[in-house]
Amino acid sequence: MLLEGYGPQLWAGTVETITLALGSLALSFALGLIGAAAKLSGRRRLAVPARLYTTVVRGVPDLVLMLLLYYSFQDLLNRVTDALGQPQFDIDPFVAGVTVLGFIYGAYFTETFRGAVLAVPRGQWEAAMAFGLTRRRTFFRIIFPQMMRFALPGISNNWQVILKATALVSLIGLHDVVRAAQDAITGTSTKGGYHAFTFLMAVALIYLSLTTLSHLVFHALEVRFSRGFQALT
Amino acid sequence: MMMELLQQYWQQYLWGSPGHWSGLVVTLWLTVASVVLGFALALPLAIMRVSTRPWLAAPVWLFTYFFRGTPLYVQLLICYTGLYSLEAVRATPMLNAFFKDAFNCTLLAFTLNTAAYTTEIFAGAIKATPQGEVEAARAFGMSGFVLYRRIVLPSALRRALPAYSNEVILMLHATTLASTATITDLLKVARNAASDYYLPFVAYGLAALLYLAVTLALVWMFHRAERKWLAHLRPVQPDANRTKP
Repeated sequence: MLLEGYGPQLWAGTVETITLALGSLALSFALGLIGAAAKLSGRRRLAVPARLYTTVVRGVPDLVLMLLLYYSFQDLLNRVTDALGQPQFDIDPFVAGVTVLGFIYGAYFTETFRGAVLAVPRGQWEAAMAFGLTRRRTFFRIIFPQMMRFALPGISNNWQVILKATALVSLIGLHDVVRAAQDAITGTSTKGGYHAFTFLMAVALIYLSLTTLSHLVFHALEVRFSRGFQALT
Repeated sequence: MMMELLQQYWQQYLWGSPGHWSGLVVTLWLTVASVVLGFALALPLAIMRVSTRPWLAAPVWLFTYFFRGTPLYVQLLICYTGLYSLEAVRATPMLNAFFKDAFNCTLLAFTLNTAAYTTEIFAGAIKATPQGEVEAARAFGMSGFVLYRRIVLPSALRRALPAYSNEVILMLHATTLASTATITDLLKVARNAASDYYLPFVAYGLAALLYLAVTLALVWMFHRAERKWLAHLRPVQPDANRTKP
């Protein structure tokens, strides 16, 4: 039988992986915008913490940060609940996964957006100012749509990295597609034979189709945001 | 508690002991070995990748497509658990001996992964070689191997340096996955220490600091290398528009 009857589990794991990746993307996107705004604000008390955030987070391996944040928070929670005489409260692995991945890749998005905003010609700000637009309006109506064109290659890259980083969350107990395959391997291990290879190749192909699909989507987006500009090549 | 952890584990965090190497030394060794082997693989692969002959370029495209499109963790699991589940692998004495060892599997997965990314970086740099340089070289009668060795590669590898430095740092970070394959790299020591003392913040924080230090050292080294080898691409005016490190 195909996949030894573990097809539904693998599918459920795939859905979990996609949801996790999309959730992390949303969070890191938002953090990236905030981080870029802080870095470009020109105010030291905003720019310095933002710089610390991007340097430290991008300088430490994602797996180390993931384990550090997940277990430290759980440890902290345990100490608090112990002190209050409450029963132990376990962090939901999905929430933890989204938060940690979002926090990590927010640093990468900060750099992407910072570069993209700087790539929009200054004249655009000046023209908006001449029309009497507020800073907020200028950003959302004038700068943001143009910035996206410069940011898209970076966003596409970050998204692919996030998608592949979700494979790590099985290590903090989330039932993603990698975990589903590992469960399937354990479940069929008594039967011997090729099962480990089959399941892992199935996971690889699932990821491969997800990255291929993302490629197509981002290509379409790049065409959309480049309207009015000549193709560069 | 924290002092005890430090006293018991500091040596394991850094180098362990002769014969039982662990921690930072293992991490650095894994990084250097996979980066060097990956580089050696990527150079010929990149030249094949830019070839106009489909039978040379297509297999390389497929290779980089697979290894860049799937997570390294999955690739490691395939090398470590997947291949060994194949009867054909276990029945061949040489393959059996190779794949039995966790270190070999890990190094294989890391090398192929970084080779795939590096191939694309180098291929991109080769494609960006100004047409005039190649034309001038041909006018001097160079072709094939000599053209690549004297003209294309020296300038392409220089141009690839910023992207390549990024890849090396990512590889350093990716070696943390070795800890899932029973190798006592820096992260594995941190995991042992964390479960021994129930001090996850200290145990992982220490590892994070060491990784950060190595990353910053690498950034600094590559910055120096770029100043030396990319001096010809720097803006002429002193300090104006100087690119940030």
